[in-house]
Amino acid sequence: MVEVKNVTKVYGDKKAVDDISFTVNSGEIVGFLGPNGAGKSTTMNIITGYLSSSSGTVTVDGCEILDDPKGVKSKIGYLPEIPPLYVDMTVRKYLEFMYNLKKIKLDRDTHIDDVCRLVKISQVEDRVIKNLSKGYRQRVGLAQALLGNPPVLILDEPTVGLDPKQIIEIRNLVKSLGKKHTVILSSHILSEVQAICDRVLIISNGKIVADSPTEDLAKTLGRSDKLRVGVKGGKSAAIDLLSSIKGVNNVTKEREHSDGVIDYIVELNGDIDLREQIFYKLAEAKMPLMLMQSADPSLEEIFLKLTNDTQYNNHKGAAK
Amino acid sequence: MGAIIKRELYSYFCSPLAYVILSIFLFFSGLFFTLICLGNSTSELTYVFTNMFLVTIFLTPILCMRLMSDEKRLKTDQALLTSPVGIGEIVLGKFFSASIMYLICMSIFLIYGFVLSFFVSPKWSVILCNCLGLFLLAAAFIAIDIFLSSLTESQMIAAISGFAAGLFVYLLDNVASAVSAEIVSKALSAVSFLSHYQNFTVGLLSLADVIFFLSIIALFLFLTIRVIEKKRWS
Repeated sequence: MVEVKNVTKVYGDKKAVDDISFTVNSGEIVGFLGPNGAGKSTTMNIITGYLSSSSGTVTVDGCEILDDPKGVKSKIGYLPEIPPLYVDMTVRKYLEFMYNLKKIKLDRDTHIDDVCRLVKISQVEDRVIKNLSKGYRQRVGLAQALLGNPPVLILDEPTVGLDPKQIIEIRNLVKSLGKKHTVILSSHILSEVQAICDRVLIISNGKIVADSPTEDLAKTLGRSDKLRVGVKGGKSAAIDLLSSIKGVNNVTKEREHSDGVIDYIVELNGDIDLREQIFYKLAEAKMPLMLMQSADPSLEEIFLKLTNDTQYNNHKGAAK
Repeated sequence: MGAIIKRELYSYFCSPLAYVILSIFLFFSGLFFTLICLGNSTSELTYVFTNMFLVTIFLTPILCMRLMSDEKRLKTDQALLTSPVGIGEIVLGKFFSASIMYLICMSIFLIYGFVLSFFVSPKWSVILCNCLGLFLLAAAFIAIDIFLSSLTESQMIAAISGFAAGLFVYLLDNVASAVSAEIVSKALSAVSFLSHYQNFTVGLLSLADVIFFLSIIALFLFLTIRVIEKKRWS
């Protein structure tokens, strides 16, 4: 549906986007993840035709952005980081303007009514946008993107600045939109991407550093060869005991709970299952096992690792 | 394009701007009409229209100052530029909305003509020629002011540079006569708005003057399109 090929954007001597390529299939919800200034918005602006890339091509549903910009633009609904609202207009007037601007063929009044109902702004239709709260403004921006039922939706940080209730509402809305539309959304909040998206692209310093289905991200990128083991009592004896098990590389104390339970991180030698042995060993030594879980790195940790690595590498590269 | 014209007119009339501009136009055109025509018992509108040159210099920058600059400042240009409309359509839409606004202002001259018809039968063809001249002059200034507005994100700067450009154009004849090099002086007086406009004020309709103003409009609208285009590439 959306194909981005070797896109680079250069501002002066800074590469904001550096040779990015990816494909988004029809009906997918893809999350763009990255720290601020990583190039998420720039990439989105290039796909939507707001900016031109320095090199590379963007194809949306068979139309190339340089050959047929109007064709591409009519297939995309875009909610930029700051919703492009004319604050002197009422919600209704604004949506009518956007409807005319996008040259939509659907019946105007029923279509706008439908969209308003979908994003729940019917009750503020006659209010001037200037007087609306941030949450409503965001929704009006979303409504504007949905006009004309474009096959592709591009949402740049759709939940920024909203309160928790609104965030959940918008997330559910985006999720339901994903059934009919191809959605690309950006965020710097991991849990959000985890909750909404089928696939995650992690972008850092203008480069894609990871591209995988959301559930595989932890598996493919984080090594699952660590166990968190909670033991009551024993203190240093527990460390010695755990270290003595064959296949254990290293044991570190993670933290001590107030009830005397201490969590240890047990690093295993490769992908082997030592859970039974650990259980029996501790049982023999009369040290009750209170907790045992896989210490997979959280998405946050993977994200920080990936983005820090590239920053570090780039820094190193620059220093040379 | 229609959508943009409609929106801009809506926004003029939603804010006090349209009414302020209409009142200023009404006040000064009324003042000139009363002093020159009614005061001197003449149906000759030439001097009224000559004086309208200054009013136009003053009003058009106010009319155009936010047209492009505000889009950039409020990021609404993202909606325009990611919609299936060309940049040319966007710029033309802005230009026509400001021109229509000025045309609405100028409709007051129909009433002045009507007032004159109580005393003499006015030469409507001359009045029409006067109005066409004033409209072309205003449209040329509007094109220049839209261009200036596209260069900045600040309405203030757009308006002030618009005033400066208008004043410079007004003084062009004086500059031309002060320059000693004959070629430069000739070139400057050839692009003098005032001399091209003066033909209209005396009721002379010449194709050369019409084309002069139309080319000024085309030039500055083209430059505006290039400025917006350039922003996408840099």
